[in-house]
Amino acid sequence: MSATSKDFKTPNAIVRGKGPLREGLHHWWAQRLTSIALVPLTLWMVVSALYLTGADWNAYQAWVSEFGNLLMLILFFVAGFYHMALGLQVIVEDYVHSEAWKFFLIITIKFGSLMLGVACIIAALSVAFGG
Amino acid sequence: MSTGSNRPLSPHLFIYRLIYRPQITSFLSLIHRFTGVALVGGALVLAYWVVAAAYGPEAFDTAQWLLGSWIGILALLAFTFSAFYHLANGIRHMLWDIGFGLDMPTLELTGWIVVLFACVGTFFTWAFAMYLY
Repeated sequence: MSATSKDFKTPNAIVRGKGPLREGLHHWWAQRLTSIALVPLTLWMVVSALYLTGADWNAYQAWVSEFGNLLMLILFFVAGFYHMALGLQVIVEDYVHSEAWKFFLIITIKFGSLMLGVACIIAALSVAFGG
Repeated sequence: MSTGSNRPLSPHLFIYRLIYRPQITSFLSLIHRFTGVALVGGALVLAYWVVAAAYGPEAFDTAQWLLGSWIGILALLAFTFSAFYHLANGIRHMLWDIGFGLDMPTLELTGWIVVLFACVGTFFTWAFAMYLY
């Protein structure tokens, strides 16, 4: 508990994440932050989808090459897939009671969301810069 | 529950409070979760579309064609409604987080506003889409 013990962490730092709440509070905050970001991002996405209705590849390429569009698109992917992963995790925690299944499903959700997010970002960048 | 009581138990409490006597609170909460899951499907379709573009014009044209088919249109319609509903109810959730609107009358009012927003948003988005295209 004092600085002379081997552990240099403060008492708070020692216990953080270890009780039943684990990363619950962090999860709660991340969910709120991504939600706030997704309000303008989703509305922008709807308008963009309208703009790109029936578009051919050249029209899409011209659209995504614009810095503003590319930025918003990538931010939408980041916030969206993160938000999705958090939400799905909550659903698993609510309905799945086997600890082993929870472990497997939550890891699958996190990895899957990450992979999809990275895939989308790379796809957008490659069209924007690859032409 | 083995307390030895012989009283009949309802098969599932949900049945009496969700379907026979739906409450706006629990029902909208269920729809919020339901639209969230629907939007996962939307995210997958979006991912397919964006990655198809990265694979070139032919792949992108196929993706556009699929989305333009009647199944695609139906799916997009569902995703549109889900997005508007989930967005509006999400804001309602965050208002609760700061303590606003937790009494029953306000819950009913904001609940109906959410449903209205979702329907109106979906309607105008699609009206606009059909006008443009």
